[in-house]
Amino acid sequence: MMLRVDNLGVSIGSVRPLSGVSFNLGKGETVGIVGESGSGKSLTAMSVMGLLPLINGEITSGSINFDGTELTALSEAEYRLLRGGRIGLITQNPMTSLDPLKKIGPQIDVVARLHLGLGKRAARERTVELLGDLRISDPASIYHLYPHQMSGGMKQRIVIAMALAADPDLLIADEPTTALDVTVQAQIIRLLMDLVTDRNLSLLLITHDMSVVAQTCDKVVVMYAGTVVERGTVEAIFDSPHHPYTQALIGCIPRGLVGEMRLQGIDGTVPSVVHYPDGCRFHPRCSRAEDICATIVPELVETQNAAACHFANEET
Amino acid sequence: MIAAISNSGFGRAFSTPLGVIAGGFLILLVVVALFAPWITPFDIALQDLDNRNTAPAWPHLMGTDEFGRDVLSRVIYGARTSLSVSATAIGISVTVGMILGAAAGYFGGMFERAVMTVVDLTWSFPDILIALIFVAILGPGLTSTMFAIAIAYLAQFTRLTRAQIVRLKQETFVEATINLGASPIHIVFRHLLPNALAPVIVVAMLAIGDGIVLEATLGFFGLGAQPPTPSWGAMMSSGTAQLFIAPWVIILPGVAIAITVIAVNLFGDELVRALDIRDRLRGS
Repeated sequence: MMLRVDNLGVSIGSVRPLSGVSFNLGKGETVGIVGESGSGKSLTAMSVMGLLPLINGEITSGSINFDGTELTALSEAEYRLLRGGRIGLITQNPMTSLDPLKKIGPQIDVVARLHLGLGKRAARERTVELLGDLRISDPASIYHLYPHQMSGGMKQRIVIAMALAADPDLLIADEPTTALDVTVQAQIIRLLMDLVTDRNLSLLLITHDMSVVAQTCDKVVVMYAGTVVERGTVEAIFDSPHHPYTQALIGCIPRGLVGEMRLQGIDGTVPSVVHYPDGCRFHPRCSRAEDICATIVPELVETQNAAACHFANEET
Repeated sequence: MIAAISNSGFGRAFSTPLGVIAGGFLILLVVVALFAPWITPFDIALQDLDNRNTAPAWPHLMGTDEFGRDVLSRVIYGARTSLSVSATAIGISVTVGMILGAAAGYFGGMFERAVMTVVDLTWSFPDILIALIFVAILGPGLTSTMFAIAIAYLAQFTRLTRAQIVRLKQETFVEATINLGASPIHIVFRHLLPNALAPVIVVAMLAIGDGIVLEATLGFFGLGAQPPTPSWGAMMSSGTAQLFIAPWVIILPGVAIAITVIAVNLFGDELVRALDIRDRLRGS
């Protein structure tokens, strides 16, 4: 098992934005975490990367196990070796993820120099080779460009190159395509999938786009308001979603012919982290909520998938 | 926006006529100050008592003072004193201020509050009073002047750097750097400080102008440069006695101060434009 998150709970000050988050990520697997904005997807990634102190957050319960190492017990110095070394992170916004004053080549070099102890020239050769692997044409001259001289898709490739520079085992991609054009999105997704196969990477893909999940992932974790509402293999989730929220999310994927198509949405918004509803956190927006939903918190029920709904076992 | 601030920023300050004139004058002044011993027509200490208080005319282009010393030569050496004292003092101020400001902005918390309180305290004293404190401790002279200027502008650089660092700390690329396993030292010195440098350079430029005025003021009061070291302020002070007999002795060093400070300020304004940082300066 590459990554095992068990009953993770996080607090920031007096609020508890995450509770009871559990999922597994096997070696070479791709797991997607999906959910709306504010569902706790990015926070889960930050917890794994040990970045909670940046936002004054802390892990209050549960464990995060990375390839046999318990991450919650790690010191900051030990974490630094892991970040960028064994775990690579691709952030949401490639436009601002690069230092504007530095050429992109040396920015990638420094990762390999730090984590692999390479010399200047070796790191540079490695970077150029890596840029070639990412299907960037003429990598030797791209090496000398500044971030403002590149397009968004190109910058995202550079950010991916930085995450891969030290040959990590686990790659976390936090909404890697959100800021990009649709055509570029498809290229980046294909690139990520190829990298996973070629380099035998494990990938934790955080997204709100169900169609991306359907194309890329082996397993899916659906999050809502800081909890996991359903998880399972991608086939099981898409064929027979058990949680009403998952069903609604899948219903939101645009399909059908242009003109006949009507975009679906889910009424209401994700509740504020300051006061989550009692009982099932989804019940105020749920189409089939009953009295029990407002008072009792549903457990993850093991069916074909695991769904946290009182009616998960009923036929729909 | 930040991407536009490359190393060419200084070059772009010369892209307007005003920038060329002000920048050109400053470069000329620095060259004159550097090569003063070879340029000055007379020995600055040479007293020619037969030619006291002579009006500007060949060979004394700026006349002579009460001891018959050549005013032009002394004005040239005065540039040396003014520029070196002000630039050194501001250099110290910038270095210490950036270190304090970066540490305060990066670490935050109690440390930040302690640093900023002390720094704000230095800001609450008038410059002259700070100078008097150093004169009282170290005695009058250029060392006291330098310390006084350095302390007087420390608060500006600390506050400015801190404001920049606090803003930059939120940038995604800094978080991305943390994600790649960088240590705080690497982040502060390789990413935060270089990105915070542009506004500091401009404020330093303007502060050098203020430093020249402060040096002249202290010299005028006899608390700065001591005779026979030529200083614009001290020359004006000695010229007050002959104000009606030999007005050039007080006027010409005064003109030198005025032109220099105006040039520094105009060039500073051009730098603000060239580096495109007006908004960032306001932010602090």
